[in-house]
This record gives sequence, structure tokens and C-alpha cells, in this order.
Amino acid sequence: MSVKLAWTKNTDPRSNCDAYDDAMLELMDKDQRYIHIDCDLLGCINGKRIKSAHPDRLINAGIAEANAVGVAAGLASTGFIPFVHSFGVFSARRAFDQAFLSAGYSRWPVHILGTDPGVTAGANGATHMPFEDGALYMSVPNAVVLDPCDYAQTYALTKKSAAYPELTYMRMIRKKFKTVYADGTDFEIGKGIVLREGTDVTIIASGIMVNNALEAEELLRKEGISAAVIDMFTWKPLDEELIVEYAKKTGAVVTAENHQAYCGLGSAVANVLAKNCPVPQEFIGIQNLYGQAASQDYLEKVYGLTAEDIAKAAKKAIGRK
Amino acid sequence: MNKEEKMKELRVFAARIRLETMRIISHFGKGHVGGSMSLADAFAVLYGSIINVDPENPAWEDRDYCVLSKGHAGPVMYATLGLKGFFPVEEAYTLNQNGTDFPSHTDRTKTKGVDLTTGSLGQGISEAAGAALGHKLLNKSNYVYVFVGDGECDEGQVWEAAQFAAHYHLDHMIALVDNNGRQLDGTTDEVMSHPKGIGAKFEAFGWNVIDVKDGNDVEQIYDALTKAKQTNGNPTAIILHTIKGKGATFAEPTGAHSSSPAKEVWDEAVKACEESLAEIEKEASL
Repeated sequence: MSVKLAWTKNTDPRSNCDAYDDAMLELMDKDQRYIHIDCDLLGCINGKRIKSAHPDRLINAGIAEANAVGVAAGLASTGFIPFVHSFGVFSARRAFDQAFLSAGYSRWPVHILGTDPGVTAGANGATHMPFEDGALYMSVPNAVVLDPCDYAQTYALTKKSAAYPELTYMRMIRKKFKTVYADGTDFEIGKGIVLREGTDVTIIASGIMVNNALEAEELLRKEGISAAVIDMFTWKPLDEELIVEYAKKTGAVVTAENHQAYCGLGSAVANVLAKNCPVPQEFIGIQNLYGQAASQDYLEKVYGLTAEDIAKAAKKAIGRK
Repeated sequence: MNKEEKMKELRVFAARIRLETMRIISHFGKGHVGGSMSLADAFAVLYGSIINVDPENPAWEDRDYCVLSKGHAGPVMYATLGLKGFFPVEEAYTLNQNGTDFPSHTDRTKTKGVDLTTGSLGQGISEAAGAALGHKLLNKSNYVYVFVGDGECDEGQVWEAAQFAAHYHLDHMIALVDNNGRQLDGTTDEVMSHPKGIGAKFEAFGWNVIDVKDGNDVEQIYDALTKAKQTNGNPTAIILHTIKGKGATFAEPTGAHSSSPAKEVWDEAVKACEESLAEIEKEASL
């Protein structure tokens, strides 16, 4: 896996949904089994390209997410490989029993997309702001849970999900993301990426928090603190080996997630540390709160997700060694 | 075979399914007798004369699907599949026992002949709609039969699936509604009523609806299924007015959702089914 960075701290002008659309179009062009099911939100992921290229394999299930996931399971039983899209709150909370039983427990390759993870829901507000979607899907045995950060990662992980034989869930940012990787970078499900080497503390982040973690590393470096940064875009199965290696190497960990901190990436990492290498850990993420309608920048500040928050937590973790 | 002979054969098959359903549940001592026994006749007609399946090759691509959306009626499906030759029916006597492949709710990963996993009400009908859509997209003519409970029709998902199936004109999807009038906490009228009837709801959603006055009469079920298969353009719902617990000595009078009678009561009930089968066999051979 060769990783090329393209981190500029700038907001990518593209829609991240095009990463999914590009990957899905390639999959659908080559293989008749791929099919997209939407819940009247095709317009939110620029899905018209898919619709015009493959109208027969673009199924709009209307605003009925539970049925959409059940239909996906039925389609899978006839040999199709379905992707189902809705906003993360609905893909997770509203269709969870169906995802668990009709897809997960039934062992069908159904791939669920939940757009607008966490604070990226911005102005759509609390009702549309999933802070718990990852937790729900992590509770399904064998399910893969992904939290990609940018275009290259979303594109690659769409293709990797497509080849996975069981349930997957991807938290998909739609807009306003900062590019971390050069287009064409490949990723493996379950393998974290070490973005910065360090010796004092390890910051483990995913999604929009990868950018913030890289910025935090710069802040810490200015203060003479050496922070490793890991992009843990796969929440499940978790790259336990990498976590243990860096916990041993640095002796302190900060997890940074755009999700409830007590039931997401942070708690999954804590499980690994408790079993293998207990070191001080600080948890950046939503602290037992509901969402609200506001700009993403404001929300990152309000919920303590900024680079400054991460740097502060890193110093606290180091202080607890 | 003329129709009259066929009906005789189906009545015998239904009596066998009833007996095996009771044996299957009796080995565990408790279970969903009511909603299993109400469907014995429909299962006999479906598997005795309508459905296109191959017990030697359960995953055959051209098979019709059968989805038990009211998954708790597993025992009647296991009895039918066993008698049909998917597995020795005695294997299903392990129902719900440690390590069994016959759980109370139907599970595709465990039992041969089960196409889709159910158990959370409302989900099977969506899965069935997906399978019917899949066949349609592949230009295949497989039918998908799905059994839905009347209590299950309380679930919103049933109606999400109903609108989906009508919207996509899934005319190879046939729902059989077990309208036995009872659910766990009482009659459907008491618990959650359908003021204009379940059939009227399906009709309003754009389905063809066939009302079967006696859902425990094989001939009426046979005629309905035959008619449903001739329908083009829309899915069909067959409303089976059945008797919950039909043929189970202890469950039919009460219409209980699940039962766990004493062993003597089980023995009596199984014996009654054996006697009933012998009688029906005798009638059939006249």
C-alpha cells in the first residue's frame, strides 16, 4: 500500500460524493451485480450520473429506509451487490434493525452509506447529525465500519466495500472536506495509516478529524512535543497491532472522532489498550451531547474537535504517563 | 390427475403437515402453535401443487422463493420442507434445542429450503420485494411467495414494502396474509384493528387482492393461488381467513399465540392429529 499525501489544509472544492459516484460507476460498468438503492436523496449525492448511465440499476425506494435495506437484502439473495444510501441518521438509526437482521445476521453483502457524519451535517441540525451511527454498526458482528476523510479514501473504500462479502457501513462526507491523500491512493480495510511518526504521544483519528490531528501535530511540534498521527479510517475491524505498537512506542494516546466519544473509535481503541497495553488515553469527540444547527466550523469549536483541542488533550495524556 | 383428486391429495398433505408441525413443537414442549397451524393448508397447497422448488438443489437458480415474513411460524415451514424432502422431517424435532438448525424463526443460514431470514416482523416482506425485483431485473420468471401475519400488518414496514412492490409492478410477488384474527395480546380488533380490512389496505396500495373466505380450505387456496399467478402488472395479496391453532386440540379453542401445555396434553393433541390424518387418508382413498 503506497500512500501519497496531498495535505494542504485547504478545503477541497470537489463534492466528496463524486468519489463514490466515480467508483460506483466503474463498478457498475464492469459488473452487472452492482446496484444502488436510494431513499429519495439521490440529488444529495450527485447520483444523476449513475441514474443516466445505469437507470435499471438505480432503484429509488422513496423515503422508506427500513424497506430499502430489506429490499437490498432480497436483491442480494438473487445475486446483486447493493449499496444503499440515506443520511447517516436514517441509514443507522431508522434502518438499524433491518441492517442488523435482514442484511447482517442474514450474511448478505449489503453496503450502507450514511452521509453527513457528525458535525458535517451543519445547518441540517440535530435531527440530521449522526453522532452514534458508527456505534450502531460496530455492534453488528462481522460488519465493517469505515470513516473516510477525503476523496481518494472514499473512492478506494467504496471499491473495497464492494468486494467485501458481508455488511459494511461507510460514513460519507458530502462536502467541505480537506484533502489528505493524493487521488489514486489505495487503502486496505482494517489497516491504519501512519501519517506522522512521533515518540511522545499518538493521535488516532479518522474522517474530518484526520486534518485536525495533522494540524495538532504541527502545534505540538512547535512546543517540542513529538506526536505520531494515525489515520484509523477503519473502526471495525480495528488495526489492533498498529495501536499496540504505537501505544508502546509513545506511551500515551489521544483518539479524535466526529462521533460520540464514549461509543465510537475512542472506546474501541480503549478496548485494545486495556487488553494489551494500558497507557493514558484522552478522548476527543462529542461528549454525551446532541447536535445542533450551525456551521461546521462553529460546531467543531463547540464540541471541542479542533486542532487546539487535540493538542491540549495530547499534553494532558502525556502528563498522565 | 383431475382437480378433485388433487384436492384430496392436498388435504392429506395438509393433515401430514399439521401432524408434523405438532410433533416438531411438542419435542420442545412449547412454541408458536397457533400461527403455525393456521397456515398448514396454505403450505400444503403451495408446496403440494404450486411452488417450483427442487429439494435436491435448494439453491437452484430458477426456484421460486418462499419467505415466511411471520417468521415465528417456522415449525409449519419445517414440517412442509421436511415432508417435501429437503431434509428428514425428524431433524426438525430438534426445534430450539441446543445446537439446532431449526430455530423458532426461519433462518436461511441454518435450514435447507429457507431462502431469506426473518424474525423481526415486517422485514420478510421487504426482503421478498427485493428478491422479486432482483428476478425482474434479471428477466427471470421466478415467483416469490411471502407469508405475512395479520398482527404483523401492524408494522409500518409492511406498508413500505407494499408501496414499493406496487410501484415497481412486482407481479411475481404473491403475499399470503394469515388473517386468523388474533395476535399475542388478543384479537386484532382489540389490539390494533384494520377498520376496512387488511385486503382493503393492500388494494389501496395498488395490489390485486383475492379474498379467501375459508383460508383452511385447500381448494379455495388453490384457486386463489392459480388466479394470482395469472395476474399481470401488479403484486397480489391473498387474504386467507384462517383459524388460529386450527387442528391443535388445545390451541384452536383459545386461539393462543404460543402454547406450553403439559405432556399429556401434547400427547393427546398429537394423537388427535394422527387420527385426523388417518380419517382424511381414508376419505381420500374412497
